[in-house]
Amino acid sequence: MVAIGDTQPDQVVLDIERAQAGHRRRARLVFVGVWVAILAAIVAAFASTGNTDVEWIAEWAPFILGGTGITVLVCVLSIVLAVFLAIFGALGRVSTNPVAFAVSSFYVSLVRGTPLLVQIYIIYFALPTISPVLILDAIPAGILALGFNYGAYLTEIFRAGIQAVPRGQLEAARALGMPERKVFRRIILPQAIRVVTPAIGNEFIVMIKDSALVSIIGVQELLWRAETSGRPALNILEAFFIAAIVYWVLTIIFSFFQGRLENRMARGDR
Amino acid sequence: MTEGSLPDPVDRPARESGYADRLPAHVGETIVTVEGVHKYFGDHEVLRGIDLEVRQREAVMIIGRSGSGKTTLLRCINFLEEPTVGAVEIDGVRVEADPLHARDRAHQERIRQIRLRAGMLFQEFNLFPHMTALANCVEAPMQVLRTPRAEAAQRAEYYLELVGLIDKSGEYPSRLSGGQKQRVAIARALCMEPKVLLFDEPTSALDPELIGEVLRVMEDLAHGGTTMIVVTHEMHFAREAADRVVFMEDGQVVEQGPPEQILDAPREDSTRRFLRRFLEP
Repeated sequence: MVAIGDTQPDQVVLDIERAQAGHRRRARLVFVGVWVAILAAIVAAFASTGNTDVEWIAEWAPFILGGTGITVLVCVLSIVLAVFLAIFGALGRVSTNPVAFAVSSFYVSLVRGTPLLVQIYIIYFALPTISPVLILDAIPAGILALGFNYGAYLTEIFRAGIQAVPRGQLEAARALGMPERKVFRRIILPQAIRVVTPAIGNEFIVMIKDSALVSIIGVQELLWRAETSGRPALNILEAFFIAAIVYWVLTIIFSFFQGRLENRMARGDR
Repeated sequence: MTEGSLPDPVDRPARESGYADRLPAHVGETIVTVEGVHKYFGDHEVLRGIDLEVRQREAVMIIGRSGSGKTTLLRCINFLEEPTVGAVEIDGVRVEADPLHARDRAHQERIRQIRLRAGMLFQEFNLFPHMTALANCVEAPMQVLRTPRAEAAQRAEYYLELVGLIDKSGEYPSRLSGGQKQRVAIARALCMEPKVLLFDEPTSALDPELIGEVLRVMEDLAHGGTTMIVVTHEMHFAREAADRVVFMEDGQVVEQGPPEQILDAPREDSTRRFLRRFLEP
């Protein structure tokens, strides 16, 4: 039997590290292997049906992929609108002014209590029946609906972010004689935005998928293009699969940046 | 502002306690007055009628057990807590406690005028984490006093130099030690050129080896003629830097006087009992 003192401690540490690195490498290999296997199985399944129209894909894939830009554009503008609404919404939710509190609570309740699809219909189809002034093109209507909807969810996230700023910050700013408006704008809000930035990224990724709903009002984004090109030619399977894959790849890309953002925030300046 | 309408300083409670007879030569006119302040949290009376006067260039240290109301008193002076009853006057700005209308615009504005005259230092420093040390120092002068950037920066550098941290002016608070953070906080408060500094246990959150650097800065300020009110548990510091020590218990001032009198020869039993814990550990 070997006593502990007989082996070199450095050697033991090295052995353990090498063994752990091996475990990690094997786990990563298994992960990639399983994904490739599942994907291969799916592709094989389609190929075996003999139904896959490769020529059609070659011809129409660029048209569908061209919707990616519209999808991303709609999402980016919508999240900007949502953040803007959420700042004011959250300000109302933490306000001691009963009117401000009531208005923003109403907004959050209304939006969270109705389906996004219904909101899109109302903004694009229903409001113009009240007055022609309210007629909007599909893309602005879609952005408005998505921004309005996500603004309500982000309001609650921002409210939590504002409340996460330590009370001492408020007191220090007040003690310096700063008026309440400046205390919020210069001290509380910048810190709250830091806290909620990863959550905004998260919402953005969810929004990429919800943005498919604006295809029903004719925004020529991914899903609309897939449907328009695939349905008449009866290449429905290919068309929707291309759209699905693009959404998937988009979320993977943005999740990657989101992860890096979260790491940066975790290191932070705090 | 209302300086002329105030009663003559000699009629003030400090005189009644016998303190005014032994005022150190360097102190000037009364700059802070606390009058009959009571503070309730719910039905618990934390402050039970406080009268206190602080003169220019005077360093007043408030000592007492935790729960005696000393921190609440300090927070009532700049209205971070609204007193239930009473009044505070700093440099001619007088604010009567008005808890029922605490959110009224006019009342809030008067409170802000008080706060401009009283810098506050916190146990937890409360530096703004999203700003560098220098930005922390210029924020309020630029945003509140509308001081031009160059002038604000010049003043900030002067005070950062004074607390010995000019080389850290570009650092974010997360890169500073606790002692450095508190010294930056002191520079930040000084940049507003207040009439009085309020210190709320400024070294309680510090590791023991970092307490000294903060106390040294405070002692320099006290000897340099900065008016200050300090809530502290550092008895040695109080002895070195205080012009006057105030002992509080159960929301009242039990006794006050020069440090050697209060710390070495207290008149009241409760002061003696309190000090025994510190002097014979």
